[in-house]
Amino acid sequence: MPDPETPGPKAPDPGTPGPKVPGPKVYGRQASAPGDGDALVVLRGVDKHFGTLHVLRSIDLTIRRGEVVVVIGPSGSGKSTLCRAINRLETIDSGEIRIDGRPLPAEGRELARLRADVGMVFQSFNLFAHKTVLDNVTLGQIKVRKKDRKTAEERARSLLDRVGVAAQADKYPAQLSGGQQQRVAIARALAVDPKVMLFDEPTSALDPEMINEVLEVMRQLARDGMTMAVVTHEMGFARSAAHRVVFMADGRIVEETTPEEFFGNPRSARARDFLSKILHH
Amino acid sequence: MFDFLEGYDLLGAFWVTVQLTFWSALGSLVWGTLLAAMRVGPVPLMRGFGTAYVTVVRNIPLTVIIVFTSLGLFQTLGISLGADRFTTINFRLAVLGLTAYTSAFVCEALRSGINTVPLGQVEAARAIGLSFPQILRIIVLPQAFRSVVGPLTNVLIALTKNTTVAAAIGVAEAALLMREMIENEAQLILISAIFAFGYICLTLPTGLLLGRLAKKVAVKR
Repeated sequence: MPDPETPGPKAPDPGTPGPKVPGPKVYGRQASAPGDGDALVVLRGVDKHFGTLHVLRSIDLTIRRGEVVVVIGPSGSGKSTLCRAINRLETIDSGEIRIDGRPLPAEGRELARLRADVGMVFQSFNLFAHKTVLDNVTLGQIKVRKKDRKTAEERARSLLDRVGVAAQADKYPAQLSGGQQQRVAIARALAVDPKVMLFDEPTSALDPEMINEVLEVMRQLARDGMTMAVVTHEMGFARSAAHRVVFMADGRIVEETTPEEFFGNPRSARARDFLSKILHH
Repeated sequence: MFDFLEGYDLLGAFWVTVQLTFWSALGSLVWGTLLAAMRVGPVPLMRGFGTAYVTVVRNIPLTVIIVFTSLGLFQTLGISLGADRFTTINFRLAVLGLTAYTSAFVCEALRSGINTVPLGQVEAARAIGLSFPQILRIIVLPQAFRSVVGPLTNVLIALTKNTTVAAAIGVAEAALLMREMIENEAQLILISAIFAFGYICLTLPTGLLLGRLAKKVAVKR
């Protein structure tokens, strides 16, 4: 009987412990994802506590340009915190985060500028409630990217068209369905031309019938070559759109591999346990 | 029955009341907003100042503040606020005192409004790269104002009635005229009723109008 810790034919030297293998990893879609030299988001030894709770434990993660990384894991594993740390909505205790080679500034104008390069989509949409859909999407372009109103509106309308809510441009967020709101939120984030998009459980607050319309927009974005980090419970999306799956548990990255490898042949007991709970019910 | 009103400029006195209210309301809206911005801002020194200001000013009787503007600022320190006629000086001092006092209440009303704006709104604004002042000006304060039109109406009505304290430093507003008329005419109840009615005429429409506005501008979530 084969050792369950040994990941089948691709296994390295049996003496080496499976998931902690250093050195180059094998990625299933290496062909479409660029090489290591093009690292866009780099986390090194990132640690964070909430009081006595150690939510991020020396996280090392690199997201390359054009790569789609899906972060999954049980709730409380720190995946949302990780996502929010990348544009400093959460501060970190130690370690380093670099975006496109530049370290994340602590605060002030520099930080604001860098945040514009990192688009974020939230679980609860967070559209500006007192502004119309169109204004939500033009605001960042005008105030941050200093575009004139006409250019911004043209771009906003084309983005709204791209996510399929062009007809709702003059409504207020509260008049839209959850799925429509989330698609507007994606358009709003794209409007400031970010280098990378972060998705923090973008479909978790949606009614089931609206999940797909949002995932479809995200798939399209991935196909267009956007660099994305997606925290989600949508395993179908992880399978079909991710270049790499990062599995987190208890504040650690436990496993980091291709979706085929992760879903077909998870190495760690923690991941197998997680998958058995979500995939067979 | 109303013969005794002859020779008194009732409308003129209430016009001064309206002017006092208007300029003080404008002043305290601006200064109160700045105070609120300081209190929620990231700079510890400003936060400390905002908190100290509100705590101190809110707990001093308005009469003390108004009398101080005249006795302390003008007569002792010689601050005349760019005017040279006594009536203008007193009017401006009264506006200053009322503004200083009322802005503490505006600040607190507004701060409670700021607390009604969900944190997600701020996070989304941060995420698209807006700076703190931009977030406050474009995202937080507009939503906060909309949710505190009601409380601010209360402050405005209180301010309208508080202008009577300006009589203490001789501003010729309605309450001063009332005192004069009560002394000169034997119509105590009637005079009081007239002035009470006058103030209601000012505050009641304000309340109704702003009440309607509050409903209209409320942010739907």
